[in-house]
Amino acid sequence: MCSELLAQIVASLVAGDPDATVDGTRQALAAGIEPLAIIDGGLVPGMRIVGEKYSTGEYFLPNLIVSASGMKQAMAILVPELKARRQHLTSSGTVVIGTVRGDIHEIGKSLVATMLAANGFEVHDLGVDVPTDAFVARVKEAGANLVGLSALLTTTMHGQKDVIDALTKAGLRAQVKVMVGGAPVTRKWADDIGADGWAQDAVAAVDLATRLVAHVQQVV
Amino acid sequence: MRPTLRMLSESLVEQIIAEGMALLRDPGVRVHNEEARRLLAEAGADVDAVRLIARIPETIVRQALETTAHEFDLFTLDGRPAVHYGGDEVHFDPGSAALSILDPETNRQRVPLTADFVRLVKLVEQLPQIDAQSTAMVCGDVVPEIGDLYRLYLALNYIRKPIVTGAFRTDTWWTMKEMLVAVAGGEAALAARPIAVFDVCPSPPLLWSDLTCQNLIDCARAGIPAELVSMPLAGATAPVTLAAAVVQHTAECLSGIVIGQLARPGARVVWGGSPAAFDMREGTTPMGDVATWMIDCAYAQVGKRLGLPTHAYLGMSDAKIIDAQCGMESAGGTLLGALAGINMISGAGMMDFESCQSLEKLVIDAEIIGMAKRLVRGIEPRDEPIALSLFRKLGHRADYLAEPHTLKWFRKELYLPSPVIDRATTDGWLRKGATTAAERAAERVGSLVASYQPSPVPPELRAELRAITTRAARKFGMTALPPLPDFERV
Repeated sequence: MCSELLAQIVASLVAGDPDATVDGTRQALAAGIEPLAIIDGGLVPGMRIVGEKYSTGEYFLPNLIVSASGMKQAMAILVPELKARRQHLTSSGTVVIGTVRGDIHEIGKSLVATMLAANGFEVHDLGVDVPTDAFVARVKEAGANLVGLSALLTTTMHGQKDVIDALTKAGLRAQVKVMVGGAPVTRKWADDIGADGWAQDAVAAVDLATRLVAHVQQVV
Repeated sequence: MRPTLRMLSESLVEQIIAEGMALLRDPGVRVHNEEARRLLAEAGADVDAVRLIARIPETIVRQALETTAHEFDLFTLDGRPAVHYGGDEVHFDPGSAALSILDPETNRQRVPLTADFVRLVKLVEQLPQIDAQSTAMVCGDVVPEIGDLYRLYLALNYIRKPIVTGAFRTDTWWTMKEMLVAVAGGEAALAARPIAVFDVCPSPPLLWSDLTCQNLIDCARAGIPAELVSMPLAGATAPVTLAAAVVQHTAECLSGIVIGQLARPGARVVWGGSPAAFDMREGTTPMGDVATWMIDCAYAQVGKRLGLPTHAYLGMSDAKIIDAQCGMESAGGTLLGALAGINMISGAGMMDFESCQSLEKLVIDAEIIGMAKRLVRGIEPRDEPIALSLFRKLGHRADYLAEPHTLKWFRKELYLPSPVIDRATTDGWLRKGATTAAERAAERVGSLVASYQPSPVPPELRAELRAITTRAARKFGMTALPPLPDFERV
């Protein structure tokens, strides 16, 4: 029964049916399955398959987004349950994300934000054309351990460095890992400006974020 | 007969226009410009001053479609009509505002500099297939705040052809206007014989930013033509179904026509755009995609139904180097745009979506454009009867090469390519160095630029343009402009 319900959750994510993912999550809770077991045995494996299908070219961005939205809705049900049990996700972190100053491109940034939220991160999405100081202020306020900076233009990517410099100046650099992304952004650029990581797409960004946050937690 | 591409059935065109009008009523268009909101409210639109949304009734749109210019000409700097916006006439200009140039030495992109821009402008002057200039690259050797006007300043020192341009700010538009007025010999002369058109871009979906809206209003008032560049991104900032993306384009352009006409009835506003079908794998905006071309041709058909002059960004490639993909994508869009009768097709030379200009690609694209222009001239009978007299004379002899009839017609009937296109025998190709198209293009860029003859700009006008530009540069902390190639010592 348990494994059947979890298999249904996996199938709903792979099929891209958020309503079924939510229903399955509710049914699993009602059947007495622990929230952590639902996540580890249903949601995470389901999203992993979706991510793999995206990586191999079988699935496209709309598949990714719709499944992530299903997982996000399911997490919204499960997180209060976890809190009630005084449990927490080991992999998750708090991320402040936005497109840097002068750049109004939203799609890539929102995709990463959705995928992170779907994977249990607490996401503070500051939107687009975000002033450098706003990143710093929100990191402080939310106690974030991860910052995601997006830029689509060669003319605006320098704004990523500005945020990193501002975090250093505010004495927050040791507490956060910074990941950068966007069409013109490369691993070399990330290294040059002192970012902790670079990801080429939203699936890779989740892997990177998980690795970076695990690292922070180890250090702390 | 001119061969023509029709993308939509007549009834679908009507439905798209009706739904475009309906979108302007509900949910309305977001207008982040105070003056435009005031104009719309005064005309009877329902303006929400908090959410900055204008709901525009159809009567206002219909009225604007009555008064807007249905055709007009762009003129060369010496006053000859060179581009006719209206009907099915087709013209081409290079893609605009590239942030990088493909360096033919390294085959990688780099920041364009003044010398690159001037070289491009000279090349465009020398390419007969290209009808208009554009402010095609943003130069990295001036402060970014004058990036828009500096391009126009450079171009006006070298060009004869009219120019497609655009402003990145509201204040720089006035500096650019000042330059155009100086070149045209007064405001009235500029309005009577416009030499430039400004691209103004609504943001998808259904938003007029403060900047672009102000540019539109200012153009309308000054009698300078404006080109609406609506860019629905199907599947991301617009619906993925192509017809629905065209509905969004229709609503955005109709609202632009309305704002232009409210600023000044009779203003020249072009039904244009740069849509794309979102790439569902990479999340990019492919200009070389067949669905992108289909949206372009479809909205052009809608614009024609409304009796408006048309524009589109076509003939570009998403390739990063000059390769098979580059040629294939550029040819596809160019040929379809020509068949759709789009008055101004911007994009030649452009690659890597809309971010990189290549002079070498531009001369290859000029060949594609030459063929496209030949294509839309269609097939004419030429003689009456078409062939019978010739056959009565020659019978079964294959002597047409020696026939005066051939000499009389071959230049009109055939497109005669430059040496960029290889049609030699294999031996001939090997003897000439076994070159690729890109290599032959690089050679042609060199010879065309070298053959450029300076435009007859009087020294006092040159000085005035420099003074206008220097004043603008000083406002942003730049005291001296880079030397003007050929005129000032480097």
